[in-house]
Amino acid sequence: MARFKKGKKSGVQKINTSSLPDIIFMLLFFFMVTTVMREVTLIVTIKPPEATEVQKLERKSLVSYIYIGEPKRVALYGTKPRIQLNDQFARVSDIPSFVTSERQARDEADRKFITTSLKVDGNIQMGIVTDVKQELRKSGAFKINYSTRKVPKLDFSKLN
Amino acid sequence: MARKEMQEINAGSMADIAFLLLIFFLVTTTMDVDTGISRKLPPPLRGDEEPPDINERYIFTVLVNSRDNLLIEGKPGDIRGLKDQAKEFMSNPTGRDDLPEMELKNIPGLGNVRVPKKSAVISLKNDRGTSYKMYIAVQNELAAAIDDLRNDLAMEKFGKKYTELISEDQMNAIQKAIPVPISEAEPEDVGEN
Repeated sequence: MARFKKGKKSGVQKINTSSLPDIIFMLLFFFMVTTVMREVTLIVTIKPPEATEVQKLERKSLVSYIYIGEPKRVALYGTKPRIQLNDQFARVSDIPSFVTSERQARDEADRKFITTSLKVDGNIQMGIVTDVKQELRKSGAFKINYSTRKVPKLDFSKLN
Repeated sequence: MARKEMQEINAGSMADIAFLLLIFFLVTTTMDVDTGISRKLPPPLRGDEEPPDINERYIFTVLVNSRDNLLIEGKPGDIRGLKDQAKEFMSNPTGRDDLPEMELKNIPGLGNVRVPKKSAVISLKNDRGTSYKMYIAVQNELAAAIDDLRNDLAMEKFGKKYTELISEDQMNAIQKAIPVPISEAEPEDVGEN
């Protein structure tokens, strides 16, 4: 029978792991502070168009989002582009009340800084976007932001 | 009697709990920053207003039809040349008489700058059938033209690019010299299929 040798110390020493929880906690706090929870579940597909001259959207708490794109569940809702406001489909006529509720949810001093971010799929036609923009104008939400992906150079051959 | 020595709590599983939380936040976190092209919509028309009388040479019209073709200043155009055309319109370097008349104007913080005599306007109009990505590409090219001009001016006056300027006053001065003159025409219901 083979016997294990006792007494002889192996070359690898045990690493002291007592500070491991501290390190993990540090990482945890970092992520807890920086995390932004997903605001809604998308029910429309959105692949934003590309652009080079983009600006960062500052102060996310003052941004309200309007999503426009083809529904994800095509079998159920068809392929016609739809508007999504807060987790559900909406019509163009729902936008004024959406703008009002977004305004009321913000501090009074901040209301004039509210930006409406239009997250629109690149492949849809402008008609529905124009309608939404007209409604926004009527409701007094003038600051808008067309959501785009930043690319170093625009590929024009993909456009037509 | 209480025991003299406090019993030590086993902290060995603390790391596991922390790991669990850490993984949860790792998964739910979204690191992407929102980027986009910011624009300001005009207030709605009241219906009784006369359209402002602007001389033809101060307007640069860009039309995009439902087949994503461009009509720039009345001629069929291409998106590749749009930026240069827009730049030429806004700076009129050769003094053409169908482009805005330029004059030297004293802008606080910049000194004398060559700017259009009256405000020059880029008028953008699209059909309902225009694809969104084409519309954004046009907006992007026009924004690029403005950015280029601003960069040139900032380089000349401050030796830095516009985007690298730190002082708020300098940025405001540049913005005053070269505003974003994009105006969107009232939409007409044409061109959707």
